[in-house]
Amino acid sequence: MRGSLTILAFFAAGILLGFKDMLPQWLTATDLSSYALYLLMFLVGIGIGGDDRALKAIKGFGLHIFLVPLTTIVGTLTGVAAVYLLLGQEPFTDMLAVGAGFGYYSLSSIIISEIRGPELGVVALLANVMREIITLLMAPIFARYFGKLAPISSGGATSMDTTLPIITASSGKEYAIVSLFHGIVLTILVPFLVTFILSLQS
Amino acid sequence: MITVVAIMAIGILVGYLLRQKRKLIGFLERLTTWAIYLLLFLLGIAIGTNEEIIRNLPTLGGRAFIISVAGVLGSILLSWATYRLFFKKDEEKQE
Repeated sequence: MRGSLTILAFFAAGILLGFKDMLPQWLTATDLSSYALYLLMFLVGIGIGGDDRALKAIKGFGLHIFLVPLTTIVGTLTGVAAVYLLLGQEPFTDMLAVGAGFGYYSLSSIIISEIRGPELGVVALLANVMREIITLLMAPIFARYFGKLAPISSGGATSMDTTLPIITASSGKEYAIVSLFHGIVLTILVPFLVTFILSLQS
Repeated sequence: MITVVAIMAIGILVGYLLRQKRKLIGFLERLTTWAIYLLLFLLGIAIGTNEEIIRNLPTLGGRAFIISVAGVLGSILLSWATYRLFFKKDEEKQE
Protein backbone atom coordinates (compact mmCIF):
# COMPACT_ATOMS: atom_id res chain seq x y z
CA MET A 1 0.00 0.00 0.00
CA ARG A 2 2.89 2.34 0.80
CA GLY A 3 4.30 1.61 -2.65
CA SER A 4 0.99 2.54 -4.29
CA LEU A 5 0.90 5.86 -2.46
CA THR A 6 4.46 6.68 -3.53
CA ILE A 7 3.57 5.93 -7.15
CA LEU A 8 0.53 8.22 -6.97
CA ALA A 9 2.65 10.92 -5.27
CA PHE A 10 5.11 10.88 -8.20
CA PHE A 11 2.17 11.05 -10.59
CA ALA A 12 0.62 13.99 -8.71
CA ALA A 13 4.00 15.79 -8.56
CA GLY A 14 4.27 15.40 -12.34
CA ILE A 15 0.82 16.91 -12.88
CA LEU A 16 1.60 19.83 -10.58
CA LEU A 17 5.00 20.62 -12.09
CA GLY A 18 3.59 20.23 -15.60
CA PHE A 19 0.62 22.43 -14.81
CA LYS A 20 2.78 25.16 -13.23
CA ASP A 21 5.12 25.00 -16.22
CA MET A 22 8.14 24.60 -13.97
CA LEU A 23 10.11 22.10 -16.03
CA PRO A 24 13.27 22.26 -18.11
CA GLN A 25 12.67 21.89 -21.86
CA TRP A 26 14.64 18.65 -22.32
CA LEU A 27 12.37 16.75 -19.93
CA THR A 28 9.24 17.29 -21.99
CA ALA A 29 10.74 17.55 -25.47
CA THR A 30 12.54 14.22 -25.74
CA ASP A 31 11.48 10.61 -26.15
CA LEU A 32 12.53 9.94 -22.56
CA SER A 33 9.29 8.14 -21.73
CA SER A 34 9.66 5.68 -24.63
CA TYR A 35 13.14 4.65 -23.52
CA ALA A 36 12.10 4.48 -19.88
CA LEU A 37 9.20 2.22 -20.93
CA TYR A 38 11.58 -0.12 -22.79
CA LEU A 39 13.79 -0.30 -19.70
CA LEU A 40 10.76 -0.95 -17.50
CA MET A 41 9.47 -3.76 -19.72
CA PHE A 42 12.87 -5.43 -19.69
CA LEU A 43 13.01 -5.21 -15.89
CA VAL A 44 9.43 -6.44 -15.47
CA GLY A 45 10.33 -9.41 -17.68
CA ILE A 46 13.36 -10.23 -15.53
CA GLY A 47 11.21 -10.08 -12.40
CA ILE A 48 8.74 -12.54 -13.92
CA GLY A 49 11.39 -14.92 -15.29
CA GLY A 50 13.28 -14.94 -12.00
CA ASP A 51 10.18 -15.83 -9.96
CA ASP A 52 9.45 -19.54 -9.58
CA ARG A 53 6.40 -19.20 -7.28
CA ALA A 54 4.01 -19.62 -10.22
CA LEU A 55 5.56 -22.96 -11.18
CA LYS A 56 5.35 -24.14 -7.59
CA ALA A 57 1.65 -23.20 -7.42
CA ILE A 58 0.89 -25.25 -10.56
CA LYS A 59 2.60 -28.28 -9.00
CA GLY A 60 0.59 -27.86 -5.80
CA PHE A 61 -2.85 -27.23 -7.30
CA GLY A 62 -2.95 -28.93 -10.68
CA LEU A 63 -3.97 -27.41 -13.97
CA HIS A 64 -7.45 -26.21 -12.99
CA ILE A 65 -5.74 -23.37 -11.17
CA PHE A 66 -5.47 -21.80 -14.66
CA LEU A 67 -9.28 -21.47 -14.69
CA VAL A 68 -9.04 -18.64 -12.15
CA PRO A 69 -7.07 -16.12 -14.25
CA LEU A 70 -9.06 -17.23 -17.32
CA THR A 71 -12.28 -16.49 -15.42
CA THR A 72 -11.05 -13.03 -14.49
CA ILE A 73 -10.05 -12.19 -18.06
CA VAL A 74 -13.30 -13.42 -19.66
CA GLY A 75 -15.45 -11.96 -16.86
CA THR A 76 -13.81 -8.55 -16.92
CA LEU A 77 -13.88 -8.17 -20.69
CA THR A 78 -17.52 -9.38 -20.82
CA GLY A 79 -18.47 -6.84 -18.15
CA VAL A 80 -16.79 -4.03 -20.06
CA ALA A 81 -18.37 -5.19 -23.33
CA ALA A 82 -21.81 -5.15 -21.67
CA VAL A 83 -21.30 -1.56 -20.56
CA TYR A 84 -20.17 -0.65 -24.06
CA LEU A 85 -23.42 -2.08 -25.47
CA LEU A 86 -25.42 -0.07 -22.93
CA LEU A 87 -23.60 3.26 -23.20
CA GLY A 88 -21.16 2.86 -26.08
CA GLN A 89 -19.79 6.35 -26.50
CA GLU A 90 -16.09 5.63 -26.82
CA PRO A 91 -14.16 3.23 -29.06
CA PHE A 92 -14.81 -0.35 -27.96
CA THR A 93 -11.12 -1.32 -28.02
CA ASP A 94 -10.24 1.70 -25.85
CA MET A 95 -12.62 0.52 -23.13
CA LEU A 96 -11.45 -3.09 -23.38
CA ALA A 97 -7.80 -2.04 -23.14
CA VAL A 98 -8.51 -0.05 -19.97
CA GLY A 99 -10.34 -3.08 -18.52
CA ALA A 100 -7.44 -5.33 -19.52
CA GLY A 101 -5.22 -3.49 -17.03
CA PHE A 102 -6.78 -5.77 -14.36
CA GLY A 103 -5.75 -3.38 -11.59
CA TYR A 104 -2.13 -3.19 -12.76
CA TYR A 105 -2.44 0.57 -13.07
CA SER A 106 1.20 1.57 -13.30
CA LEU A 107 2.11 -0.55 -16.29
CA SER A 108 -1.24 -0.46 -18.12
CA SER A 109 -1.54 3.34 -17.92
CA ILE A 110 2.02 3.79 -19.16
CA ILE A 111 1.57 1.43 -22.13
CA ILE A 112 -1.83 2.90 -23.03
CA SER A 113 -0.42 6.46 -22.89
CA GLU A 114 2.39 5.48 -25.25
CA ILE A 115 0.00 3.92 -27.77
CA ARG A 116 -3.16 6.04 -27.47
CA GLY A 117 -2.02 9.23 -25.74
CA PRO A 118 -2.23 10.58 -22.20
CA GLU A 119 -6.01 11.07 -22.11
CA LEU A 120 -6.80 7.36 -22.26
CA GLY A 121 -3.73 6.84 -20.06
CA VAL A 122 -5.44 8.83 -17.29
CA VAL A 123 -8.64 6.82 -17.67
CA ALA A 124 -6.57 3.61 -17.39
CA LEU A 125 -4.74 4.86 -14.33
CA LEU A 126 -7.94 5.92 -12.53
CA ALA A 127 -9.97 2.84 -13.52
CA ASN A 128 -7.27 0.43 -12.37
CA VAL A 129 -6.55 2.27 -9.12
CA MET A 130 -10.31 2.10 -8.48
CA ARG A 131 -10.26 -1.64 -9.09
CA GLU A 132 -7.65 -2.04 -6.37
CA ILE A 133 -9.57 0.18 -3.96
CA ILE A 134 -12.91 -1.56 -4.66
CA THR A 135 -11.24 -4.90 -3.93
CA LEU A 136 -9.66 -3.67 -0.69
CA LEU A 137 -13.03 -2.38 0.50
CA MET A 138 -15.33 -5.13 -0.79
CA ALA A 139 -13.31 -8.38 -0.59
CA PRO A 140 -15.13 -9.76 2.48
CA ILE A 141 -18.55 -9.03 0.94
CA PHE A 142 -17.56 -10.52 -2.44
CA ALA A 143 -16.29 -13.69 -0.74
CA ARG A 144 -19.51 -14.05 1.20
CA TYR A 145 -21.97 -13.61 -1.66
CA PHE A 146 -20.00 -14.75 -4.74
CA GLY A 147 -17.70 -17.44 -3.39
CA LYS A 148 -14.08 -17.56 -2.40
CA LEU A 149 -12.70 -16.87 -5.85
CA ALA A 150 -14.58 -13.57 -6.17
CA PRO A 151 -12.12 -11.37 -4.19
CA ILE A 152 -9.27 -12.89 -6.20
CA SER A 153 -10.95 -12.14 -9.53
CA SER A 154 -11.86 -8.67 -8.38
CA GLY A 155 -8.27 -7.98 -7.34
CA GLY A 156 -6.96 -8.88 -10.79
CA ALA A 157 -3.19 -8.55 -11.10
CA THR A 158 -3.01 -7.04 -7.60
CA SER A 159 -4.06 -10.39 -6.05
CA MET A 160 -0.34 -11.26 -5.81
CA ASP A 161 0.66 -8.29 -3.67
CA THR A 162 -1.41 -5.30 -2.53
CA THR A 163 -4.76 -7.08 -2.17
CA LEU A 164 -3.32 -10.47 -1.11
CA PRO A 165 -3.71 -9.82 2.65
CA ILE A 166 -7.41 -8.89 2.44
CA ILE A 167 -8.05 -11.79 0.04
CA THR A 168 -6.43 -14.25 2.45
CA ALA A 169 -8.51 -12.81 5.28
CA SER A 170 -11.74 -13.08 3.25
CA SER A 171 -11.31 -16.38 1.40
CA GLY A 172 -9.06 -18.27 3.80
CA LYS A 173 -5.39 -19.19 3.86
CA GLU A 174 -5.90 -22.12 1.51
CA TYR A 175 -6.67 -19.61 -1.25
CA ALA A 176 -3.48 -17.58 -0.77
CA ILE A 177 -1.59 -19.71 -3.31
CA VAL A 178 -4.44 -19.46 -5.84
CA SER A 179 -4.44 -15.70 -5.33
CA LEU A 180 -0.68 -15.44 -5.78
CA PHE A 181 -0.73 -17.58 -8.92
CA HIS A 182 -3.67 -15.64 -10.37
CA GLY A 183 -1.89 -12.31 -9.81
CA ILE A 184 1.35 -13.52 -11.38
CA VAL A 185 -0.40 -14.84 -14.50
CA LEU A 186 -2.35 -11.60 -14.98
CA THR A 187 0.75 -9.48 -14.37
CA ILE A 188 2.50 -11.36 -17.17
CA LEU A 189 -0.51 -11.07 -19.50
CA VAL A 190 -1.40 -7.39 -18.99
CA PRO A 191 1.26 -5.97 -21.38
CA PHE A 192 0.44 -8.56 -24.04
CA LEU A 193 -3.35 -8.17 -23.79
CA VAL A 194 -3.36 -4.37 -23.68
CA THR A 195 -1.02 -4.11 -26.68
CA PHE A 196 -2.99 -6.73 -28.58
CA ILE A 197 -6.39 -5.13 -27.94
CA LEU A 198 -5.18 -1.70 -29.01
CA SER A 199 -3.64 -3.17 -32.17
CA LEU A 200 -7.13 -4.33 -33.24
CA GLN A 201 -8.15 -0.73 -33.83
CA SER A 202 -8.28 0.19 -37.48
CA MET B 1 4.38 -1.44 -30.06
CA ILE B 2 5.47 -5.01 -30.72
CA THR B 3 8.86 -3.76 -29.47
CA VAL B 4 7.50 -3.49 -25.91
CA VAL B 5 6.27 -7.07 -25.91
CA ALA B 6 9.47 -8.39 -27.51
CA ILE B 7 11.64 -6.58 -24.94
CA MET B 8 9.57 -8.05 -22.13
CA ALA B 9 9.87 -11.56 -23.58
CA ILE B 10 13.66 -11.18 -23.71
CA GLY B 11 13.54 -9.94 -20.11
CA ILE B 12 11.61 -13.08 -19.03
CA LEU B 13 14.28 -15.26 -20.61
CA VAL B 14 17.12 -13.29 -18.98
CA GLY B 15 15.30 -13.42 -15.63
CA TYR B 16 14.88 -17.18 -15.92
CA LEU B 17 18.61 -17.60 -16.59
CA LEU B 18 19.48 -15.31 -13.67
CA ARG B 19 16.93 -16.79 -11.23
CA GLN B 20 19.65 -18.17 -8.89
CA LYS B 21 21.26 -14.73 -8.45
CA ARG B 22 18.93 -13.43 -5.71
CA LYS B 23 20.94 -10.30 -4.96
CA LEU B 24 20.98 -9.15 -8.56
CA ILE B 25 17.24 -9.87 -8.94
CA GLY B 26 16.56 -7.90 -5.76
CA PHE B 27 18.54 -4.93 -7.09
CA LEU B 28 16.71 -5.08 -10.44
CA GLU B 29 13.36 -5.16 -8.63
CA ARG B 30 14.23 -1.91 -6.85
CA LEU B 31 15.26 -0.46 -10.19
CA THR B 32 11.85 -1.53 -11.57
CA THR B 33 10.12 0.45 -8.85
CA TRP B 34 12.12 3.56 -9.75
CA ALA B 35 11.40 3.10 -13.46
CA ILE B 36 7.68 3.04 -12.58
CA TYR B 37 8.07 6.21 -10.48
CA LEU B 38 9.83 7.96 -13.37
CA LEU B 39 7.23 6.92 -15.94
CA LEU B 40 4.25 7.95 -13.84
CA PHE B 41 5.99 11.24 -13.09
CA LEU B 42 6.36 11.74 -16.86
CA LEU B 43 2.72 10.75 -17.43
CA GLY B 44 1.78 13.32 -14.78
CA ILE B 45 3.74 15.96 -16.68
CA ALA B 46 2.06 15.03 -19.96
CA ILE B 47 -1.30 15.50 -18.25
CA GLY B 48 -0.38 18.66 -16.34
CA THR B 49 0.77 20.40 -19.51
CA ASN B 50 -2.40 19.38 -21.37
CA GLU B 51 -5.15 21.86 -20.50
CA GLU B 52 -7.85 19.87 -22.25
CA ILE B 53 -7.21 16.80 -20.08
CA ILE B 54 -7.13 18.89 -16.91
CA ARG B 55 -10.47 20.47 -17.86
CA ASN B 56 -11.99 17.04 -18.61
CA LEU B 57 -10.67 15.32 -15.50
CA PRO B 58 -14.11 14.81 -13.88
CA THR B 59 -15.51 13.25 -17.09
CA LEU B 60 -12.44 11.02 -17.43
CA GLY B 61 -12.90 9.94 -13.81
CA GLY B 62 -16.52 9.02 -14.53
CA ARG B 63 -15.51 6.94 -17.57
CA ALA B 64 -12.86 5.21 -15.45
CA PHE B 65 -15.36 4.43 -12.71
CA ILE B 66 -17.85 2.84 -15.11
CA ILE B 67 -15.18 0.63 -16.72
CA SER B 68 -13.81 -0.34 -13.31
CA VAL B 69 -17.18 -1.34 -11.85
CA ALA B 70 -18.14 -3.21 -15.05
CA GLY B 71 -14.90 -5.20 -14.94
CA VAL B 72 -15.25 -6.07 -11.27
CA LEU B 73 -18.91 -7.10 -11.62
CA GLY B 74 -18.24 -9.22 -14.71
CA SER B 75 -15.33 -10.98 -13.07
CA ILE B 76 -17.01 -11.73 -9.73
CA LEU B 77 -20.14 -13.08 -11.44
CA LEU B 78 -18.12 -15.45 -13.61
CA SER B 79 -15.88 -16.41 -10.68
CA TRP B 80 -18.99 -17.40 -8.76
CA ALA B 81 -19.74 -19.93 -11.53
CA THR B 82 -16.13 -21.17 -11.64
CA TYR B 83 -16.15 -21.56 -7.88
CA ARG B 84 -19.40 -23.55 -7.83
CA LEU B 85 -18.37 -25.77 -10.74
CA PHE B 86 -14.72 -26.51 -10.04
CA PHE B 87 -13.60 -25.48 -6.57
CA LYS B 88 -16.39 -25.97 -4.07
CA LYS B 89 -16.58 -29.71 -4.75
CA ASP B 90 -12.84 -30.12 -4.07
CA GLU B 91 -13.29 -28.34 -0.78
CA GLU B 92 -16.12 -30.61 0.29
CA LYS B 93 -14.04 -33.64 -0.58
CA GLN B 94 -11.28 -32.43 1.69
CA GLU B 95 -13.63 -31.85 4.57
